[in-house]
Amino acid sequence: MSTYGAPVMERERIERTPPAQTCAIRLEGVSHSFGELEVLSGLGLDVAEGEVVGLVGPSGCGKSTLLELISGLADPLAGSIEIEGAGGAAARLASCAYMPQRDLLLPWLSAIDNAAIAPRNRGASKRGAREQALPLFARFGLADFADAKPGELSGGMRQRVAFLRTLLAGKPVLLLDEPFAALDAITRGEMQEWLAGALLAESRTVLLITHDVEEALYLCDRVAVLSARPARIVAELRPGAPRSVDRAAAVTDPAFAAQREEALRALREHSR
Amino acid sequence: MRRVLLPAAVIAALLGLWEILAQTGALAEILGIRESVSDVIVPAPSDVAMSLWEDRELLLDNGWVTLSEVVLGFAISVVVGVGFAIALHLSETLRLAFYPLLVASQTIPIVAIAPVLVLWLGFGIGPKLFVVALICFFPITVATFDGLRSVDPAAVRMMRTLHANRATILRRLELPSALPQFFSGARVAVAIAAIGAVLGELVGADSGLGYLITQAQGSLLTARVFAAVVVLSAIAIALFALVSLAERTLAPWGRKELR
Repeated sequence: MSTYGAPVMERERIERTPPAQTCAIRLEGVSHSFGELEVLSGLGLDVAEGEVVGLVGPSGCGKSTLLELISGLADPLAGSIEIEGAGGAAARLASCAYMPQRDLLLPWLSAIDNAAIAPRNRGASKRGAREQALPLFARFGLADFADAKPGELSGGMRQRVAFLRTLLAGKPVLLLDEPFAALDAITRGEMQEWLAGALLAESRTVLLITHDVEEALYLCDRVAVLSARPARIVAELRPGAPRSVDRAAAVTDPAFAAQREEALRALREHSR
Repeated sequence: MRRVLLPAAVIAALLGLWEILAQTGALAEILGIRESVSDVIVPAPSDVAMSLWEDRELLLDNGWVTLSEVVLGFAISVVVGVGFAIALHLSETLRLAFYPLLVASQTIPIVAIAPVLVLWLGFGIGPKLFVVALICFFPITVATFDGLRSVDPAAVRMMRTLHANRATILRRLELPSALPQFFSGARVAVAIAAIGAVLGELVGADSGLGYLITQAQGSLLTARVFAAVVVLSAIAIALFALVSLAERTLAPWGRKELR
């Protein structure tokens, strides 16, 4: 049960959809710099369709820049990024939806109008856009908050609305940039379970940026550890157990603890 | 309550002091004016109040003329200023080309060019609207432009991944974000707009509070001059309150940044 009374999802009934083997995102030798400052150095990564991949790295290592490049908002100076086989920036932009660290909900719109902004941008009527958003609000325990203004929502609720806004773009690839970094520990734990449920229910290819190793291992099929700037991938971990909604059970597993230590060791070694 | 009582007390005290000084002839003495003409040159607040009542029709008719000039000129400035701010925001070329001109518009000594405006635009409402619009243009344009520029770049990036194009980003994100700043510019503008209308009327008009002031001065009806100033202030305060009310209704989220 979520804190807000509505069941996020019944745990037992969720079957994990195994990721298909098609390659959704392919990064090859991606390098980027801002003037003299080298941010990314020869980064390579394959993400399968439906896979949830975490990117963990020290603060300021260029994780956000990487998401910006993948989403097609900019092109890397060297290397190639393909999404479903297409390499152009416009094609990438058409396939990716980006969820920023701060929720960036627009204070003049209600929660549902915020969530439905992508359909609106595509030309749907206000009503049509709301009709697309309403089922998701009901399904993810937000139905009672549809008409609330962002200022009336708690931090966790705002992140939920922001995530639904990302989903409603209807794009195959979701790029989540430290979505829970600004939340307190208790809310963060709840939100991680909520997101785990949502990602099991809505199969998408996901890149999740975080500095929280535990969050990455709990939410993702695979975790890539990045080095300090210029960032490259220094370790890859596959959590043994499939993704689940039961966070407490997942993080207390001895195998989980071992992987967490391994990831932290890799981070420490390469954080300078 | 304190918001009403405090300014009321200050005004009452000042008026009381003025009344006493005027009635006892002390004010005329301080200013070095002979007592025989002091009634004409230094009216007491009670004289002004009397004029407000006795000349009420005159003040209402001319006040109405000035009010319509202020409102129309302000409206022109809102349309042109917001349009100009959007154009500068969207095009770097326009920004580079016209920003200095925007600042220059603020340095025009309106008192000096007002007579020329009358020559160009005639004695009608034209020069008055021009002066009001010119005075309002700078605060409105600069505030709106700054509002458009200060939109969080992360929000723009996010919108681009949510199917937004340049036009939808402007309409759904940037313009609403700039609304609170537009209103703070509009509040400044509307408060000084009344001065603009009177300036325009002083140089050539056959009605309006500025015209009334010139006429009353010529006839040594100093109390009427002050009565016209009181009406003018009332117009400015009322319009300021109206714009503030519009701000609270249309942009209740205030000047807070997006979080």
